[in-house]
Amino acid sequence: MQGATMRSTQDGSEHAIRVLLAKIGLDGHDRGVKVVARTLRDAGMEVIYTGLHRTPEQVIEAAIQEDVDVLGISLLSGAHMPIFTKIFQLLGDLPETPRFSIVAGGVMPDEDEEQLKKMGVAEVLSQDTTPDDIVAKVRWLAQDQPSQL
Amino acid sequence: MTGTVSLTDRVVRGDVGAIARLITQIERRSPGVDEVLSELHHSAGRAHVIGVTGSPGSGKSTLVSALTEQYRRAGRTVGIIAVDPSSVFTGGAILGDRIRMAALAGDPGVFIRSIATRGALGGLSRAALDAITTLDAAGKDIIILETVGVGQAEVDVISAAQTVAVVSVPGMGDDVQAIKAGLLEIADVHVVNKSDREGAHKTVSELREMLRLAPRVPGQWTVPIKQTVSATGQGVPELVDRFDEHLAWLADTGERERRAWRNTATRIRWLAEELVLDRLKPGRPDFDRTVDEVTARRDDPLSAARRLMEQL
Ligand SMILES: Nc1nc2c(ncn2[C@@H]2O[C@H](COP(=O)(O)OP(=O)(O)O)[C@@H](O)[C@H]2O)c(=O)[nH]1
Ligand SMILES: [Mg+2]
Repeated sequence: MQGATMRSTQDGSEHAIRVLLAKIGLDGHDRGVKVVARTLRDAGMEVIYTGLHRTPEQVIEAAIQEDVDVLGISLLSGAHMPIFTKIFQLLGDLPETPRFSIVAGGVMPDEDEEQLKKMGVAEVLSQDTTPDDIVAKVRWLAQDQPSQL
Repeated sequence: MTGTVSLTDRVVRGDVGAIARLITQIERRSPGVDEVLSELHHSAGRAHVIGVTGSPGSGKSTLVSALTEQYRRAGRTVGIIAVDPSSVFTGGAILGDRIRMAALAGDPGVFIRSIATRGALGGLSRAALDAITTLDAAGKDIIILETVGVGQAEVDVISAAQTVAVVSVPGMGDDVQAIKAGLLEIADVHVVNKSDREGAHKTVSELREMLRLAPRVPGQWTVPIKQTVSATGQGVPELVDRFDEHLAWLADTGERERRAWRNTATRIRWLAEELVLDRLKPGRPDFDRTVDEVTARRDDPLSAARRLMEQL
């Protein structure tokens, strides 16, 4: 065990932003979410990917255990309204509101985007959102987090 | 929220949010975390810490999931720390171990945390050891540490485990990967995973041959080789039995105490080193003055270092 392994890792300035990316529901496409994962990793973030076909319960549990700054949920199935309704209902039932912001990814009509934001989704990302934009938005949301318990 | 004492209490009660938050604070070396850890140290020491290591893709995460299901059937609670490498270029990481652990979701007796190799301030080893203390104090019966056994830091981490399982798979060339990775010596149990594949027997016999060549001391633990198919759970109950036997052997022979003593000694040395280096750095007047003296050749480096140590 070398002392050097303790010091070699970081300059001590900043910690990595942690993001959980999840796919909920039936659609079996994760190319988009994997591209986002790599984009965020290349921006120096730690990205936890859960894999396909998760339930809202599983995703919230994972986001709490991983104590992420941002939870990104990607949906292509068109079922975003019921799924996010469920997500916020589950969050409301928790004894303590988790600290993460929620980002939705996928294709949806403008009025649904409005609805999601009213529910509490912080950002909606679409196919057209550029990688730089995604990184900037996640950074901004992560900074917004209270640092204490 | 209230101060550090309540965080300690919440962790000891097994509060998931508190455990998760504390592990983040450990990685970020947040103010107050040292106090919490020193309190938790008194509640820890009961868990069986198991290291699972091997090449990427050998099925470690799948195996960890299957092992955890087996432990849960016996009513034992499990904490999992899954370490994945960070990108050397950006420091970022994609942590994908949870993908293979979907079967564990929704079970309050299981806590899973992903850690990046370079993410922790103060290094992976320290963060992982403190995360183990946290899960241990939170009452987890079993703590499983998954790492790719490549870097020195990862080998350091795995040495904190009481039982180390090294995972190999068939059909990866003539020589077993464990030899290349230098993991042979640290294995308490060898696992040949993906034994549904062709060549499993060959891998087993290669490992057996290697173990036969290793020098043996009387009373030593006999390293078993277990075949598994993690994807179906085949061989996993037997593997858990071997882990239990290993822990019993450690306890019976006094080796558990000896290893704990060694690990504690190493941790104290790391921490002392860190404390000392923190006191001796540019910007501290006595240190800067000493550097001036040595640079001007009015003093020599070793004498200066000795004097600074005495003055700590
Ligand atoms: N055939 C077979 N495939 C397996 C087995 N265990 C795991 N896998 C597969 O091996 C791949 C890598 O598994 P993973 O657990 O992520 O490996 P890790 O990188 O070592 O954690 C996945 O596609 C698994 O489904 C097994 O026993 N047999
Ligand atoms: Mg893995």
